[in-house]
Amino acid sequence: MDVFSDPLNRDVYITGFLWILKLTLAGGVGALVLGVVLAAMRVSPIPVLRGFGTAWVNIFRNTPLTLIIFFCYFGLFSTLGLSLADDIDLNNFWLGVIGVSVYTAAFVCEAIRSGINTVPPGQAEAARAIGMTFLQTLTIVILPQAGRAVIAPLGSILIALCKNTTIVGTIGLMESSSAMKQLINENGDNVIPIFLVFAGTFALVLIPTGYAFGWLANRLAVKR
Amino acid sequence: MSTDAVLYDHPGPKAKARNLVLTIVFGIALLGLLYWIYSRFDAKGQWDGVLWKPFTYGTTWNDYIIPGLLNTLKAAAVAMVLSLAFGIIFAVGRLSDHWWVRLPAGAVVEFFRAVPLLLMMFFIFFGVPFITEQPMSIFWAVVIGLTLYNGSVLAEAFRAGVHSVPRGQSEAAYAIGMRKSQVMGQILIPQAARAMLPVIVSQLVVLVKDTALGYIISYSELIQLGVNNLSANYGNVLQAAIVAAIIYIIVNTLLTSFAGWLSRRTRRRGRAPREAGTAAEQATIGPSMGGGGVS
Repeated sequence: MDVFSDPLNRDVYITGFLWILKLTLAGGVGALVLGVVLAAMRVSPIPVLRGFGTAWVNIFRNTPLTLIIFFCYFGLFSTLGLSLADDIDLNNFWLGVIGVSVYTAAFVCEAIRSGINTVPPGQAEAARAIGMTFLQTLTIVILPQAGRAVIAPLGSILIALCKNTTIVGTIGLMESSSAMKQLINENGDNVIPIFLVFAGTFALVLIPTGYAFGWLANRLAVKR
Repeated sequence: MSTDAVLYDHPGPKAKARNLVLTIVFGIALLGLLYWIYSRFDAKGQWDGVLWKPFTYGTTWNDYIIPGLLNTLKAAAVAMVLSLAFGIIFAVGRLSDHWWVRLPAGAVVEFFRAVPLLLMMFFIFFGVPFITEQPMSIFWAVVIGLTLYNGSVLAEAFRAGVHSVPRGQSEAAYAIGMRKSQVMGQILIPQAARAMLPVIVSQLVVLVKDTALGYIISYSELIQLGVNNLSANYGNVLQAAIVAAIIYIIVNTLLTSFAGWLSRRTRRRGRAPREAGTAAEQATIGPSMGGGGVS
């Protein structure tokens, strides 16, 4: 543990996990908003929107996140000149958020769509019978019920997203896995403690998060 | 609930007109988006023939893309076999009657599921050589990382599969005098494996996607060879990345439809064990998130 008594190394560790936290929060919000919109598109009466949603899901769900992040950096930023911030780290951060959000949104969309499938047809029929429009049916009747059914899958997606944010390290952000790589290269005699601290931090946060989502899903499940 | 035509009424003349207008509006918006992307590419000269031409050369495919794809598939295949073994061993471990087997097995599975795969690969590739004082083979660093993570995910899937086999099966096996190991090996696992077959194939999609992490530790897979090295020669990162993405999408779509076909087939035979919760099972068919997986 001497490695972490050095304040410089502790800083590397803390900055690494702060980036992970920020990426997870920003990416999670982006993916949730995009995912709900995509799910609404996929069940809408307008064929163009349905096609757009389906294409999005099939493209991004089947492409490795590494390639998407790579594309965000070398494609959007280097080649097409899309700059999101003057600070290099901040620019990489936002590019990473874009990559993680568009990738995760595809999974959120599919989770919500399968949640919509758990709502009994009678609910939508009743909503239509009292004259609700498609958007009203969806936002007032169906999505609130579907939302409670998808808490567990969304929890798994959030946990996966948190782990996936380590990939943003590829484009030069010093997030936790790059931080660990640096510490390992500088302190070759303390490899195992370094790994255990980094991996342990993830395990200590993510395993309880998983159980918490399971508990929440049970508590909020619609009893039928 | 089947989503088509339940959420909205069968369109009458008014709704049809409105839908038509919306279709046109959104269609134009979509075309506008496509045109915007096109013009951004155009402004930076990304449609130049020089940049796309390399994909018509045989050497591009023979020297970069195909070897890269083969390395990707090789790592995924080896990791699949090893994670199946890992998954079965730890699923059986977690189902053991002895707490001193059950608890460690559970801890191992939970730990490897919670640790990001990239962190794991960094430790194996950069950290382990300091301990063993021998260089680590890059291929095995990727494969071991993939095995530990996907093996743990499969262990959970197998455990769910064993639980989904009707109780009568194991009771009948005990009644005719089988031992615990026989019940597990001859009765429960074969049936669980059949129920879990689609999930196993979907996990292959995750494996194929996660081999891309090997690029970060410079394993010469599809992104390393087909995007990084290729574009170093021709200066066409964007084009190479698009072609690589298309290859990934084709491979994974094939695997997904294979998983779907398998699940329809086992369901049709009607002898598959009681479903372990249809919604959960349906959610697992189709690629789940790599690097972290949805489980």
